[in-house]
Amino acid sequence: MPGLKQLAEREELMAGGHRACAGCLPMTAMRQILLTAGKDTVSGCSTGCVEVVTTIYPYTAWRNPFIHSAFENSAATMSGVEAAYRSLRRQGRIDKEINFIAMGGDGGTYDIGLQALSGAMERGHNMLYICYDNEAYMNTGIQRSSGTPKGTATSTTPAGKIRQGKKEFPKPLTDIMIAHRIPYVAQATPGYPKDLSDKVEKALSIEGPAFMNILTPCTRGWRYPMEESMDIARLAVDTCFWPIYEVEHGRFKVTRKPKDKRPVSEWLERQGRFSHLFKDKNRHIIDEIQEDTDRNWEWLLKREELTQA
Amino acid sequence: MITADPKGVLTGSHYLDGDHAVAEGALAAGCRFFAGYPITPSTEVAERISARFPLVGGLFVQMEDELASMAAILGGAWGGAKSMSVTSGPGFSLMMENLGLGVMMEVPTVLVNVQRGGPSTGLPTLPAQADMMQARWGSHGDYEIIALSPSSPQECFDYTITCFNLSEKYRVPVLLMMDECVGHMTEKIVIPKAEEIEIEPRKWFKGSTEDYLPYKPDDDMVPWMVKVGDGFRFHTTGLTHDERGYPVMSAECQKDNVGRLVDKIRSRVDEIVILEEEEMEGADVVVVSYGISSRVAIPAVERARADGMKVGSLRLVTVWPFPENRIRELAGQVKAFVVPEINLGQICLEVERCAAGRAETILVPHAGGWVHDDEDIYQAIRGGAK
Repeated sequence: MPGLKQLAEREELMAGGHRACAGCLPMTAMRQILLTAGKDTVSGCSTGCVEVVTTIYPYTAWRNPFIHSAFENSAATMSGVEAAYRSLRRQGRIDKEINFIAMGGDGGTYDIGLQALSGAMERGHNMLYICYDNEAYMNTGIQRSSGTPKGTATSTTPAGKIRQGKKEFPKPLTDIMIAHRIPYVAQATPGYPKDLSDKVEKALSIEGPAFMNILTPCTRGWRYPMEESMDIARLAVDTCFWPIYEVEHGRFKVTRKPKDKRPVSEWLERQGRFSHLFKDKNRHIIDEIQEDTDRNWEWLLKREELTQA
Repeated sequence: MITADPKGVLTGSHYLDGDHAVAEGALAAGCRFFAGYPITPSTEVAERISARFPLVGGLFVQMEDELASMAAILGGAWGGAKSMSVTSGPGFSLMMENLGLGVMMEVPTVLVNVQRGGPSTGLPTLPAQADMMQARWGSHGDYEIIALSPSSPQECFDYTITCFNLSEKYRVPVLLMMDECVGHMTEKIVIPKAEEIEIEPRKWFKGSTEDYLPYKPDDDMVPWMVKVGDGFRFHTTGLTHDERGYPVMSAECQKDNVGRLVDKIRSRVDEIVILEEEEMEGADVVVVSYGISSRVAIPAVERARADGMKVGSLRLVTVWPFPENRIRELAGQVKAFVVPEINLGQICLEVERCAAGRAETILVPHAGGWVHDDEDIYQAIRGGAK
């Protein structure tokens, strides 16, 4: 696995000067992913922030081949590319090893793109699907997705007199992908960059489909100062709200276990999207989020114990 | 007709964009179920409804995609609510299958398309009027549909209510075909008092549960409706069906079923269609326009008139069903029709078909991304007047 220093010395494949907001962690993740994957990578992205900020005509920030198709079909498009590659290899017309990475935001993955993702994983394409999860439709102006945390105020789950943000807990997408019994599934975040790049490296080295869910804080949608993105990303892990772990051929491994597990309120209070939860009448929602976080964390540790034995 | 429930009516003067005005129009019309999915440039409608509905007891649901959104509003209508969704090009494409289901099940509902440049992702933030033929023919099979095209925030409010009323009267999904310009244009709008807003009630069946046949047409060819939970045992389906709502796989039933879906609209085009006409008397050229293009055409028409040309203006508030009779009538009187539209030729084909060679049809195309330069429309009028 390359160290951060070695990664920093590699050719930069994500060009600077793209149009992401300052403090955008989805783009930090993209940069790390490309540095790890290298130039022989075909990437594709569904409609979303990353696609928009990197490909405004006549420019592209991608120095490797990149495909944008539509909102729901990044996994299906990459399935076609990978199938064509296998055919060309069989015919002896290409002999190079090529990585295939399909991507989408949480909207393009948890919601509209889930069917295409499930199909690609089930068919067993040798590709990596990456969800850059910034927990809402940020590109269209912060609407809730099924990956948005409970209690979050978004432009379609506003906090007001009657409702207090999103009512539902997020869809357990990573678990859904684990249930596909594919060779490799992982959660990561650019807040822990070495962990992220190691997982990308492993995901690409394993034969068969792989899935990574990467938590990528969004300064605009989460409402925190832009310079705090990396702290917010790390705190999501250190509160166990977003555990970073991998499941390789069914074996769980938690790649960071916080020595001092922080209460989830420490993560919530730094983000304006949760500010209404700190009113007395809404404190019970924080308790519910804490309970859910604890339950998920304990279940994860249990699964690690069971599968590593 | 009844009048609007005051709870949803924000009476007074407002400074709103077209998207927000649609949301208020829906609230005033009595819409209390909305299912949608974010897509530029229509998202503001959903955002306003998500904030306003909880205050009036409405239900806003953000769905996982547009397939689900369209299906959910059909379900909402069968549950007894007035329902609506809103989208733009790519989402409109995804909704087409369930739009056809709505036509086949005769569901009163409203679907708003804030048009942007296409095909595919196209120009998400910029205007077009290039889904006009998709509005008519987007779902498979034969059917008739109703579509209106507003040109201002005030009309977005007014015609959203009209869309709901038409959907109830004819039991068909009604489309409000906006464009990004109208959706994001902010102007003064006046919302009248609730008692001044006329609402078409649902065509509720009043007989006993034993007598109900869900697809037995009334004299106006529109069947009576009931809602889930009222004790009626009935069946509705996207399959070709008889008056009982049960599938019948025969050419005869197809003729009766689909024939009626088409005839209930086609036989009453003149009753449905809303047109705005101006200076048609003695006109040599008639500018046929809709949506934002009808406003962009105004300076061109005024300039041509100042130059001594006889120019009439025909604005299609209702685009579908197409006002065939009126165009046929005019074709015998004028030299030319000028059709400015933000596409490369769609509604002009209908004008040309109805003119049938008796008057020239001049398209003023625009590929999308902005509105016409009025100079182009003026030059087309000049050409037609020669």
